[in-house]
This record gives sequence, C-alpha cells and structure tokens, in this order.
Amino acid sequence: MQELNTYLFVAAILFSLGVFGVMTRRNGIAILMGVELILNAANINFVAFSRFGGMNIDGHIFALFVIVLAAAEAAVALAIIINIYNNMNTINVDEASALKE
Amino acid sequence: MAEFSFWFVISLTVLSAVVVVLSNQLIYSAMALLFTLFGVAGIYVFLWADFIAGVQLLVYIGGILILIIFGIMLTNRISSVRLSQTNVQQGVGGAIAIWLVTLISLVISKTPWYHADAIEPAETVAQVGTLLLTKYLLPFEAISLLLLGALIGAALLSRKEN
Repeated sequence: MQELNTYLFVAAILFSLGVFGVMTRRNGIAILMGVELILNAANINFVAFSRFGGMNIDGHIFALFVIVLAAAEAAVALAIIINIYNNMNTINVDEASALKE
Repeated sequence: MAEFSFWFVISLTVLSAVVVVLSNQLIYSAMALLFTLFGVAGIYVFLWADFIAGVQLLVYIGGILILIIFGIMLTNRISSVRLSQTNVQQGVGGAIAIWLVTLISLVISKTPWYHADAIEPAETVAQVGTLLLTKYLLPFEAISLLLLGALIGAALLSRKEN
C-alpha cells in the first residue's frame, strides 16, 4: 500500500490490457475503450510519482490535463464513429476501410 | 482494513479491465469499464489525490462512459445480434501484451526510483487551484480552448447535413 512499485505494476497491467484491446477489437467503440484504459494507466503513473516524489502537486495537474484531453478525444471520436455508421452501416474498423463509397 | 480495501480496489480494477477487453458483448464491456474507472478513482484516493478522484468520477464516469454507452446504442440495432463482436488475432495480440507487461515490470523492478517522504495533506484542491492559475495558467487556457474547439467540432460532425 505504501509501495510505489505496486501502483506502477497495476498501471503496467492496465496499459497492456488497453494495448491488447486496441489491437484485437474490431468495433470502433471497443477500441476507444482500450484507449481509455491506456490513458488511465498513464494517469495512475502521474499521480503515483507525484505522491512518492514528496507529494508534488504538479503531477496532479498533468493528470487533470490528461482527463480533459480524454474527454475531448471521446467526444470527437464518437462523432466520427456515428458518421461512419451512418455512411457505411458498420463500425467494425476492418470492414469500414474505404475512404470513399 | 485499509490494506484489505486497497487490494480489493486493485483487483476490482484489473479484473474488470480484463472483462473490458475480452467480453463479447459491447454493453458488458461498457459496464466493466464503469468498474475499472471506479477502481482507478479508488487508487487515486489511496494516492492522496482527492481532487483527481472526484474529477475522475465526474468526467470519466459521468461524461465519457455515458458518451460511450450512447455511442453503442446509436450504432447498433439493439434487438439484433450485431451488438456482439468477436476479437481478431487474439494470439498475436495476447503475445504482444504479455511481452509488454513483462518488459515494463522488469524495468519497474530494476529501476531505483527516487523516493521522498511526504506527509498526508488535508486536501489538495487549494494547491491544485493555485498551480492552475499561476504556474500552469497558459496550458490551462490553451486546454480550455482545445476542449471548446473539440466540442464544437464534435457537434458539427454529428449534425445531419441539410
């Protein structure tokens, strides 16, 4: 509980699971969920280093910025995914591979 | 007690993250993502980051997760079996993921991390607010502009053309 390594291991596991999701998922929204896992893993690292580096609040600011970027990314990505669905009737990224109909 | 709840939060986070990437039902994945995000908020609490934990609950669970569920509902005919999806190339993906996690774990355990002692602060909100409006004022304003632009762009993209 008072070990930096525990948090880093958890973050590493979350990151790898996120990478696995991004690589193996076909559905666009499921890929987005993998990206969220990766961002959360990075955030855990920021906050953990902040806590074990003498409670340096700068790490919290970075985590905050990452959360804001994740929100912006999710909004734009879902708008794009819904547009792809309207145009191609699928959001499986291996089927919706044409740039133009 | 604290020790028990710590390991409970850790296992909740990791196990539901596994469900997120492996489940065949998209909506189950989204529900598991809820528990993962909740667990990460709990980890922030154990790291004395009360404000970040609150933001995580508000923005991730209250915002991004709702957006994702809306996305699932809007891009699938709910009654059809299309809601399910299978993973492809699980073998290669799993091998790369396992290689990644062993590599990172090796680096983590071999590195002599800098460690400074700290006392637990009563709250971090005041410090975060001070830093945001002094040292990080320019990035703060830039990111608010970026968020505004992204949201306007998203609204424009998803509107029906007429």
